[in-house]
Amino acid sequence: MNNPVFAEIQAQIDASPVLLFMKGTPLFPQCGFSARVIQILKHAGVPFQTVNVLEDPEIREGIKQFSNWPTIPQLYVKGEFVGGCDIITEMYQSGELQTLLADKGITQDAA
Amino acid sequence: MAMPASEIEVLIKTAFPDAQITIEDLAGDNDHFAATVISEAFRGVSRVKQHQMVYAALQGRMGGELHALALQTAAPE
Repeated sequence: MNNPVFAEIQAQIDASPVLLFMKGTPLFPQCGFSARVIQILKHAGVPFQTVNVLEDPEIREGIKQFSNWPTIPQLYVKGEFVGGCDIITEMYQSGELQTLLADKGITQDAA
Repeated sequence: MAMPASEIEVLIKTAFPDAQITIEDLAGDNDHFAATVISEAFRGVSRVKQHQMVYAALQGRMGGELHALALQTAAPE
């Protein structure tokens, strides 16, 4: 944990119960994989925050080392790395994602 | 920025000799693949860890010359 950007990433993860590191924004995803995870989170109906890695090359590279995961998007729930696009899709289809969110006390948006 | 499926399969097979591997070239461009890897090595291991093991087998190519590899991993039934 000697990379200075790790502290910044950790602070971002600590600040949001559900945090997605993605390319682009929820409204304008810049990558199909990021777009798919956004769709899933919207379907799951939980509040979430996002970090656009395209705005910060240090975060973009740093997050890959932080999690030992080579690709983006990356989803964190209550500080824990849950997975990338494939795992999130698989977990959503099997219902595991919804269970995980409920177990972690993430409740659905009233909206 | 492309990598033939055969090369991916060799790297995975080297790391997981018992693995059943299926690789599909999704777009016919040697750049967008879907792979299924079934190996005893994954038994009792979390999904994140399973994928990390496959990425390690690919020796840093994932996210670099290998842009898109949709991955499904499992232990044999």
